Amino acid sequence: MPDVVIVGAGIVGAACAYYAAREGLSVAVLERGTVAGGTTSRGEGNILVSDKEPGPELNLALASRTRWLELAAEFGPDPFELEEKGGLVVATSDPGVAALTRFAEGQRATGVETVAVRADQLHDHEPNLAPDLPGGVLYPQDMQVQPVLAAVSLLAAARSLGATVVRGEEVVAAERGPDGRVTAVRTRTGSYPTNAVVNAAGTWGGQVGERLGAPIPILPRRGFILVTEPLPRVVRHKVYSADYVENVASDVAGLETSTVVEGTQGGTVLIGASRERVGFDDTMSVEVLRRLASLAVRLFPFLADVRLMRTYRGFRPYCPDHLPVIGPDPRIPGLFHACGHEGAGIGLAPATGKLISQMLTNDQPDIDPSAFAPSRFAQVTAE
Amino acid sequence: MSQPHFSFDGSQIPFRPGQSVGAALTAAGVRSWRSTRRAGRPRGLFCGIGVCFDCLLVVDGRPNERACLRLAEPGMEVSTQEGTGHGDLEV
Repeated sequence: MPDVVIVGAGIVGAACAYYAAREGLSVAVLERGTVAGGTTSRGEGNILVSDKEPGPELNLALASRTRWLELAAEFGPDPFELEEKGGLVVATSDPGVAALTRFAEGQRATGVETVAVRADQLHDHEPNLAPDLPGGVLYPQDMQVQPVLAAVSLLAAARSLGATVVRGEEVVAAERGPDGRVTAVRTRTGSYPTNAVVNAAGTWGGQVGERLGAPIPILPRRGFILVTEPLPRVVRHKVYSADYVENVASDVAGLETSTVVEGTQGGTVLIGASRERVGFDDTMSVEVLRRLASLAVRLFPFLADVRLMRTYRGFRPYCPDHLPVIGPDPRIPGLFHACGHEGAGIGLAPATGKLISQMLTNDQPDIDPSAFAPSRFAQVTAE
Repeated sequence: MSQPHFSFDGSQIPFRPGQSVGAALTAAGVRSWRSTRRAGRPRGLFCGIGVCFDCLLVVDGRPNERACLRLAEPGMEVSTQEGTGHGDLEV
């Protein structure tokens, strides 16, 4: 009997499995589809500190960034295309420069490295940028991984420590003992007796929570990404417009777009980012693609003569307060949630996995998890 | 009536109307016209039906054209593609 059943083999489930197995727990990962087949493979693999305001999520991101570096060294050489490329945030107006500079000062006070970049210095960092931009801020700590490789590496490491990964297993319910504790996870095909369950189902964490008898408010936020033909190194950093941070934190339901451009080791350049609350509707939208493309050309004019090869889209798991849900569910002893990381799941995965492993083994958490507690939601404490 | 030609890396390649660039090059004895991005290995026609993207070359300054799909036209300037064909953009 596994000590813990983890629901979901995306990046967060993989990190939970790895850190739990490293603590000596026996682990079973259940995945209804394929490894990294959900939101993990629908983003750019970002590990960012630049887009987070001072607070609990930024603290989690800083801790997680250190863990990513540790994992790369441990699994190396070059296990998942980790690149310490840095992020360059570019303002598009003079008031934008002032706002960005203030934002960066606040981040700096909590341990984020920031370098102010004047208009005349922008091209030293990114020679292909448009000539008329007013300035920006460089964040040397921003990094990128190939997220599917990263999830697969974590799961492989967990398996070498004895974990099992079962695909094609869709969770339908939790079985509970007379004291209310979890005793098993029931799937469409059978039952997995266990003492603990981790809901790492990402954007589908709300549904899985409901099936387990403990709903949490996680909803999808759709995003599109454009993929160019392979190019040489044309963009050095993750480059994005300053309005991206506002869009990440906003509560608007309609279409929001900001410009995010970055290269990959495969040679393609990825262009985002859009945000829409349209449920799980995955219809292609030419309107969104057009907007993303024209915004990207505004930042990098050379892109006008580069062909797009394909696009993809996915659903970020967002909570009403834009914080992930990490911790025990007070309604069902033995159930833990580790989901709702919105667009930051890759970056935040290792610190989330470590926190979950510390909670499973009753260890002192190395970072304060209280802001992420499921009990912060009224619907959780009311029941 | 003289046969139409297009230029390939400076030499003249004859073609029959309706022939693809890739077919004309192959008929003229040219078997490879691209080097791969990493190892610089030679590439030419592979699938020949537009699927594999192996036969890329530069047509009138535009890289990543598929030789197997592009119809040959008189006066067209075709050239070998090195890697991505966008080496000028590298920073």
